[in-house]
Amino acid sequence: MSWFKRVKEGIITPTDEKKSVPDGLWHKCPRCKKAVVAKDHEANCYVCPSCNYHDKIGSAEYFGLLFDEGAYAELFANIKPTDPLGFYDTKDYKSRLTESQKKSGLSDALRVGVGKVEEMPLVVACMDFNFIGGSMGSVVGEKIARAIDYARENRIPVMVISKSGGARMMEAAFSLMQMAKTSAKLALLAKEGIPYISLLTDPTTGGVTASFAMLGDFNIAEPEALIGFAGPRVIRETIGKDLPKGFQSSEFLLEHGFVDMIVNRTELKSRLGKLLRMLA
Amino acid sequence: MPNYFDFEKPIQELEEQIEKTKQLSQKNKLDLNATIKDLEEKMLAEKKRIYSNLTGWQRVQISRHPERPYTLDYIEHCFDDFIEQHGDRNVKDDKAIVGGFAKLGNQTVMVIGHQKGRNTKQRQLRNFGMANPEGYRKALRLMKLAEKFNKPIITLIDTPGASPGLEAEERGQGEAIAKNLLEMSVLKVPVICIVIGEGASGGALGIGVGDKVLMLENTWYSVISPESCSSILWRSWEHKEKAAEALKLTAPDMLKNGLIDGVIPEPLGGAHNETNEMYSRIKDELTKVLNDLSKLDSEKLIEKRIAKFSAMGAFTEA
Ligand SMILES: [Zn+2]
Repeated sequence: MSWFKRVKEGIITPTDEKKSVPDGLWHKCPRCKKAVVAKDHEANCYVCPSCNYHDKIGSAEYFGLLFDEGAYAELFANIKPTDPLGFYDTKDYKSRLTESQKKSGLSDALRVGVGKVEEMPLVVACMDFNFIGGSMGSVVGEKIARAIDYARENRIPVMVISKSGGARMMEAAFSLMQMAKTSAKLALLAKEGIPYISLLTDPTTGGVTASFAMLGDFNIAEPEALIGFAGPRVIRETIGKDLPKGFQSSEFLLEHGFVDMIVNRTELKSRLGKLLRMLA
Repeated sequence: MPNYFDFEKPIQELEEQIEKTKQLSQKNKLDLNATIKDLEEKMLAEKKRIYSNLTGWQRVQISRHPERPYTLDYIEHCFDDFIEQHGDRNVKDDKAIVGGFAKLGNQTVMVIGHQKGRNTKQRQLRNFGMANPEGYRKALRLMKLAEKFNKPIITLIDTPGASPGLEAEERGQGEAIAKNLLEMSVLKVPVICIVIGEGASGGALGIGVGDKVLMLENTWYSVISPESCSSILWRSWEHKEKAAEALKLTAPDMLKNGLIDGVIPEPLGGAHNETNEMYSRIKDELTKVLNDLSKLDSEKLIEKRIAKFSAMGAFTEA
């Protein structure tokens, strides 16, 4: 396939980036508190074998578990954030960026990879929650826009994995307009009949929900994720009472008709492979 | 007595002085015209000084002035023969968004906008201009109708945000807004959007994807209100002035950052001060912009619209 040849030089394999979990290390589930051998937890797609808690993972882990042999080429890694407004709250945005970059080893809250899932080509744009809460600023919007353009040029399906608190306040209206930008690009993708899959993971809220995350031909949610437009705290303050149990969960959204299916992370790759083969 | 903002205190004092002098002149049959004229000139100068140095927070306050024209006021005074349509054809009629065909001069257009209320009862009815999913779906239904009959679309934005609530979430507030963003970007007819008051976040953008996006001079448009921004970043509501500055949410700032296409000047003292002048400025601007946009075919319109939003963002590319 031509697209694969073209990106081949930049192919990243699991040994390039993932720090393999050392032997003898244990992972304690944040929910049921049961311990499991870290290597087994990793092999189980970071899902607790006891209570099915889906650990919050980032782009490196998603790419590793989705792409065949964990191999993919990263796209648009040269797009980096800046501080267009000279934003300053209790700290200046520039230092926030530098700190987050140092702490996470990422340049912003989303990475794009292209590779194969069960031998089917797929562009995956994946958010990283540990970079300023997975907030959407210009870099997130631009990378998604380019991922969609890349998918259009090469006629490859595209998936966005959402994990975000919403818009990035420090980029104010620049951040807001990323919602329009990404949605407009998805309109072009739809016109060309190329599939778009939205994977909603814990949490997916705010401007991300009100744009690309809800626009999938297939909206797939991980189990028990928080998915909503307004945050639970804001709603609670507005209505002045506690929210019903399970409100804004994946299961709630499935029931109300806003996601197509809930898929366990351990089944995700095979489900995607099946879907992509059916649409090819 | 009109409502004054705290920053208008010098104007208020001068106006009171003028009033007193007038009364004095009447009561004692004195000719104080020269004094009055002097005071009036002073007041005008003061007004000009204040209104040419407004801070972000002051503009936010003006955008929320209780006497500011709302969507239905503009519809009544800038358009003729408005035929309001109701409902999203699914759940209900959302009163926080109004819309229907109307005449702008001799051109039929679709006008849609957020609607706020003026008294307690109306405010409740209109939900303070905060739309539910049904509002966005009604707006989209009307936009598709305009497209079907090849009529341009005008949207008027004035909302403190999309409604946060149980029902809004149950019925897919996020999906409703997202769908509008996608569909508006490929509408085959011209779309003009004007922020006439508050432009808060996705609730504003949900009817804000247009070929020309304009802001009235004393309005604001951003990803969050200064109050909410203050409460999240400073963990207190006290820093709203600072937040308003940091967000660069005024019309001149938004224009400078390439996030809107133009600013419509307001009469001195704000839109509410001389409403007729405001109506005529908006009507003139809409007529002019519609005329410009009518020269483009639908393919070109869509291409330019998408290219414009695609270019928004600030990043480096090494
Ligand atoms: Zn567990």
